[in-house]
Amino acid sequence: MADGLSRRHFFGRAAAVSAGLAVGVPTATPDLAAAAGPPGTIPVSFTVNGTGRTLQLDPRVTLLDALRERLNLTGTKKGCDRGQCGACTVHVDGRRVLSCLTLAAATQGRAVTTVEGLASNGTLTPVQQAFVDNDGMQCGFCTSGQVMSATALITEGRGSTADEIREWMSGNICRCGCYTNIVAAIQQAQGA
Amino acid sequence: MQAFDFAAPTSVSQALGLATTGSAYLAGGTTLVDLMKLDVMGPVHVIDINGLPLAGVTTQSDGLHIGALSRMSDVALDPNVTSQFPVVAQALLASASPQIRNMASIGGNLLQRTRCDYFRDTTTPCNKRQPGSGCPAQTGVNRTHAILGTSTSCAATHASDLAVALVAMGASVRLQGQSGQRTVALDGFYQLPGTTPNVENVLQPGELIIDVVLPPLPWATTSSYLKIRDRQSYEFALTSVALAVELTGATITDARVAVGGVATTPLRLPAVEAALRGRPATTATYQAAATNAATGAKPLSQNGFKVTLVQRAIVRALVELVGA
Repeated sequence: MADGLSRRHFFGRAAAVSAGLAVGVPTATPDLAAAAGPPGTIPVSFTVNGTGRTLQLDPRVTLLDALRERLNLTGTKKGCDRGQCGACTVHVDGRRVLSCLTLAAATQGRAVTTVEGLASNGTLTPVQQAFVDNDGMQCGFCTSGQVMSATALITEGRGSTADEIREWMSGNICRCGCYTNIVAAIQQAQGA
Repeated sequence: MQAFDFAAPTSVSQALGLATTGSAYLAGGTTLVDLMKLDVMGPVHVIDINGLPLAGVTTQSDGLHIGALSRMSDVALDPNVTSQFPVVAQALLASASPQIRNMASIGGNLLQRTRCDYFRDTTTPCNKRQPGSGCPAQTGVNRTHAILGTSTSCAATHASDLAVALVAMGASVRLQGQSGQRTVALDGFYQLPGTTPNVENVLQPGELIIDVVLPPLPWATTSSYLKIRDRQSYEFALTSVALAVELTGATITDARVAVGGVATTPLRLPAVEAALRGRPATTATYQAAATNAATGAKPLSQNGFKVTLVQRAIVRALVELVGA
């Protein structure tokens, strides 16, 4: 493995965060040590909403920042950035996770779905439509995370009662307090 | 966050070979990435071990093996775990949130760091984070802190629910290092803070947890995990009880009791178990046994309520599992 830590190295790496973006088919398991790119960066190839992407990233970059700052997918929100609020919830290989606590480099070869990947041809999914129909939001900042979590909850087969929905949605905080309408939205989507 | 380089080995031997001074293994990242952002941890080499073949639950001659890279959510739903060790499944489902349970590994769960706010805040002293700097919790904000196993250097609780259940079940962990493999009882894995709260367990530098071994315990089918917290979900324990009871007629013939949220390590309570053994399954028995739970407790200024709470939680767990 490489070098120790120096001040010059640190700034070199920090600058590299804003290095270029390549869009294309994911490469097959790149040899990280031999990869070309700005010093301190590594290539990361993954699928986002069905499209293969390859980014040259400082390994400190979280999946959340890669999505928002590098791929301009700003539907996924940065709330607490500490794994406590759920606003950054996305699906990785079909499972809901927190993108703020996921290093982008650790998603090599995986399939990421964000809120932008749900609707197809302008048609909202039943969960998205149910949040609209039930007014399941106020400021809306937590909504994409709520929608991603609710979508996963239904796939997981959870939420047979309102209490069970609350328990399995507990990782998504709504500071406006729209929980009643969020539960109603999920119940509507479950019946859709 | 400090800069680090990143490697993603695909075998245990590769991973062990990469481990060196200043390195950290990355599994789910729910502790490590969080603490790197807070500058509480600053590894210069991050070794992503998610490609190692250490996931899955298997039945072997010495018991149920839970791979260290199994995810909390998968283990919580594993048919062998839910049928043979309900206490383990319940402890997992009482932990964190669905998203975090999808990410966090079993090995990482056992190694998660305390939630003590002084540990997490680099602007304050903390003997665990910076040895010798002091422990503001001794006289400061300490409502959630430990009453058992503490020292004047540290009163931070161990945050894992799973570890409490596993300690009650007599589980062990298999550890792999460059020099070979060893098995350590989880009860002896964690170390009391004493004067060195920065040393939390017997894991040697570079060593990996391979899996958790749950030895057969047929009567663990009657087991449960009770967690008392400030909010109903997505919160750490003020106190918790992992419990298994062997009943013969109306008599308790054996019992396992461990508690969380009140001690600096997941804490099995042999004195409570002994006071249940051979006694009738009645509330009077439970209450008498529970008086042994907080022997030697040293409450701080704000957490004296835990002395009573842990005893009542044990009684409630017994009433709910066995009946009064």
